[in-house]
Amino acid sequence: MKPLKIVNTNMDPAALSPLRQQSSCAPKACSCTTEAAPALHDEKALRGARWIEGAIDTPAGRVPVVSTAWKAADRLGQVRARVSSFRMKYAIDPGLYAVGRPGMDSDVYVSANYKLSFDVLRRALAGKDAWILVLDTGGINVWCAAGKGTFGTTELVNRIKVSRLAEMVRHRRVIAPQLGAVGVDADAVKRETGFAVRFGPVRAADIPAYVSAGYKKTDAMRRVRFTVLDRLALTPMELRPAVKPYLVFALAMLAVSGLAPEGILFRQAFSGALPLLVLGLAALFAGAVVTPVLLPVIPFRSFAVKGLVAGAALVVPIVLYSGMFEGADAALLAASYVFFPLVSSYLALQFTGASTYTGMTGVKKELRYALPVYIGGSIVSAIGLIAHNLLVRGII
Amino acid sequence: MKYLKNVTTLTYTGEKCTGCGRCVDVCPHAVFAMIGGKAAVLDRDLCMECGACQRNCSAGAISVDAGVGCASAIIRGKLTGSEPVCGCSEGGGACC
Ligand code: SF4
Ligand code: SF4
Repeated sequence: MKPLKIVNTNMDPAALSPLRQQSSCAPKACSCTTEAAPALHDEKALRGARWIEGAIDTPAGRVPVVSTAWKAADRLGQVRARVSSFRMKYAIDPGLYAVGRPGMDSDVYVSANYKLSFDVLRRALAGKDAWILVLDTGGINVWCAAGKGTFGTTELVNRIKVSRLAEMVRHRRVIAPQLGAVGVDADAVKRETGFAVRFGPVRAADIPAYVSAGYKKTDAMRRVRFTVLDRLALTPMELRPAVKPYLVFALAMLAVSGLAPEGILFRQAFSGALPLLVLGLAALFAGAVVTPVLLPVIPFRSFAVKGLVAGAALVVPIVLYSGMFEGADAALLAASYVFFPLVSSYLALQFTGASTYTGMTGVKKELRYALPVYIGGSIVSAIGLIAHNLLVRGII
Repeated sequence: MKYLKNVTTLTYTGEKCTGCGRCVDVCPHAVFAMIGGKAAVLDRDLCMECGACQRNCSAGAISVDAGVGCASAIIRGKLTGSEPVCGCSEGGGACC
């Protein structure tokens, strides 16, 4: 077999040029199409990607070389991806990439085309010569994509073929992240491509230790964790969807409290709604921040009950001791005690989507009990609120 | 951290096990261990029904009703009458 020809692996930004040439050069003057290997990537998609630092020509085509260091642009993208819906578009071009100067015997690591998954992998491969085979998961991380099946047997088989991996390496094995096993049937991939799938560590950061141990995982490398920092990092994503409903709730409360025969009275609206808006914020905080962060400490296993406990723990003291509810009628107190802990419970139940240990059957069971309670509780609270407003205005 | 007791749909048929060890290798919650050359279930309540073990057990010794343990996905599934799937690609989903 022909050895790989290294075209360019230096850090010079001009190193990008082999990748750019084909799409930008004029047809008649184009030297690249005659002598360079065909590109394996959609070059438009890669243009301007600062994490690419060169290219290697292989018998099968030209492969971009990626940096193993994170630049400011990478970090900025990671922060934005965590707090906004921008995350959805954070995809890279699928296909084969190179780290260092890989050759026919170098390892092949499989990743998703969600840039964060790819970023942690390339950083973990610092100092190594390796191939990265990026699957098209629609810009979704490995675990979620494996659950959907996009990080799956079919895509891996297809990607091995279209990237002509069999021509790049002499060996017949790829290393996939362990969580990809949810979607990848290793035996089927072997049958269809000849490549054996080894499931590597759950976390890319463990790859150096895994490799130096002779491709052996420790039990800890197999386990999915859910540390307080993991949970804290997820809270913005829990709060974000709650913002709009909260604003709707706030407007509704202001309107209801301010309603008078002569229109909506602002002072009355504000003073009447304020205690409820404060409790609303407390409920959001209890369900979307306190419950996730203190998850193992809060009693009970059910997320709905955990959220209820956290919600009550915040709501009850506010009602009792803040002074905002002094002289409040029983209808308002009842509505507050029922509604806000339930909001917290509902938000906490949503956190099952981000947690790494809740199963579908369990969540379905929770929902069977919780949904009727949420609906019933909302009706009771609405009645309480109406009664309170009628009492305030001396109608009943 | 453990979720609800005794809800997982995981079943394991020891007679079919060939002792390949794949289930131990892929399970993210250490539900399985190899004991005497065969797989054994250590703690069912740790199972999150991800389905990795079933997909990679070529002996067909494992069955689990795999799916997403995500409340909003399940509610959406109920409303649309489809299988619950992770909402990551839908844009607004709070998950993952
Ligand atoms: S994957 Fe199946 S055959 Fe292999 S050890 Fe586990 S149960 Fe046994
Ligand atoms: S379904 Fe997932 S969590 Fe449950 S035993 Fe299998 S691999 Fe482990």
